Amino acid sequence: MGRVRIIPVLLLNKGGLYKTIQFKKTTYIGDPINAVKIFNEKEADELILLDYTASIEKRGPDFKKIAEIAGEAFMPMAYGGAIRSLDDAKKVFDAGYEKIVLNSVLFEQISLIERVGSIYGSQAVVCAIDVKKNWLGKTKVFAYSGTSSSSYTPVEWAKRLEQAGAGEIFLNSIDRDGTWDGYDTDLIHSVAYVVQIPVVACGGAGSMDDFKAAVTAGASAVAAGSMFVYQKKGMGVLISFPSQNKILI
Amino acid sequence: MIAIIDYGLGNLSSVLNMHKRLGIEAIITSDQNEIKAASKLILPGVGHFKKGMDNLNQSGLKSLLDELVLRDRKPLLGICLGAQLLTKHSEEGNVDGLGWVDAITIKFKQDKLNGLKIPHMGWSDVTIKQASGIFSDLPVEPRFYHVHSYHFLFENPSEIIATATYGYEFACAFKKDNIYGAQFHPEKSHKYGMKVLENFSKL
Repeated sequence: MGRVRIIPVLLLNKGGLYKTIQFKKTTYIGDPINAVKIFNEKEADELILLDYTASIEKRGPDFKKIAEIAGEAFMPMAYGGAIRSLDDAKKVFDAGYEKIVLNSVLFEQISLIERVGSIYGSQAVVCAIDVKKNWLGKTKVFAYSGTSSSSYTPVEWAKRLEQAGAGEIFLNSIDRDGTWDGYDTDLIHSVAYVVQIPVVACGGAGSMDDFKAAVTAGASAVAAGSMFVYQKKGMGVLISFPSQNKILI
Repeated sequence: MIAIIDYGLGNLSSVLNMHKRLGIEAIITSDQNEIKAASKLILPGVGHFKKGMDNLNQSGLKSLLDELVLRDRKPLLGICLGAQLLTKHSEEGNVDGLGWVDAITIKFKQDKLNGLKIPHMGWSDVTIKQASGIFSDLPVEPRFYHVHSYHFLFENPSEIIATATYGYEFACAFKKDNIYGAQFHPEKSHKYGMKVLENFSKL
């Protein structure tokens, strides 16, 4: 029996963990090592760690910090944030991560997917697609943590990424981020329908029912931030992971 | 001392970290003397089969491993690609492996996956097919993290010690004499994987 992966997403910024709403309003959550230890105890399926300011601030990945975090994790780990070269990717894998998450760099050098994939395997290359409606109301893919619009629709970009060798698509709705309003299931369906590779849904999850809805829409795995770091919507920090976490396919 | 063999293909620190957590002495090494001195060997690895074999050949590790594992019968645990390399041949890159077990490595058969996507990536419940040291005293409902597009295909099913199912049932762990292989990642499988590595260290 297969299990659908439920993946907490942790947002890293200068050594601390934060949570955003629609990629903007940020709240300090706590220490990443402490969070990882809790996710070990709760047996989280996988963790995605994203340094969401690294690309905007033109910093490289903080290899020392991310190695320290992975060193505490006995579950699969993915890291994204300012990976711009094969050498960066290599250092992330060496730091104890199974997967890298690429995003902004792909608009300049999409060939990085293939260069990393040919050495580490395509399953190790997750390509993030950040999606929001632009000022014309058109749904577009954004780079640099939602600050820079591209001309691509999510479906166009997903196809290009798959062609370029992506192993998995991390599909993130900026508009739903931190809202607890549920996933954008239309978005998930539109992308999962056109690619063969797994699509990980992110943005808006507020309940187990939301996870199921994402899977029904075509997601191979589900990711969330707020649900795993807050008690409830509008309430205080509580790092948690559901114990009834089985979604079987 | 357990030697975690470094042949240039990823993800060794997680294996080392789990041993540290368990209080088992282990080192990451490509040094022939350190590998010879170790009581047990772990061959990890994530990546392309051909690259894995090329690296083993070019570094001289292949002949050393043949000597230590086949002749001296030192226990070895292959993980993921490291386990696939122990088979005779892989469809990935169409190259021969070490050939220590009676199996080949093939790509998942897409037409038998009922729409599931390749790679198989995620936690799978495993079915233990026969008792073997590394699966002793596992917590109930053992599940392990898998990330792979290729899997073992055994000519001799008596070497299969566990299976998992992804579209269809496939062998996910094997044992032949002192040689063990796991398709899944014990180092990333919480308490279940921790038990497997602990068991291996006590063999």
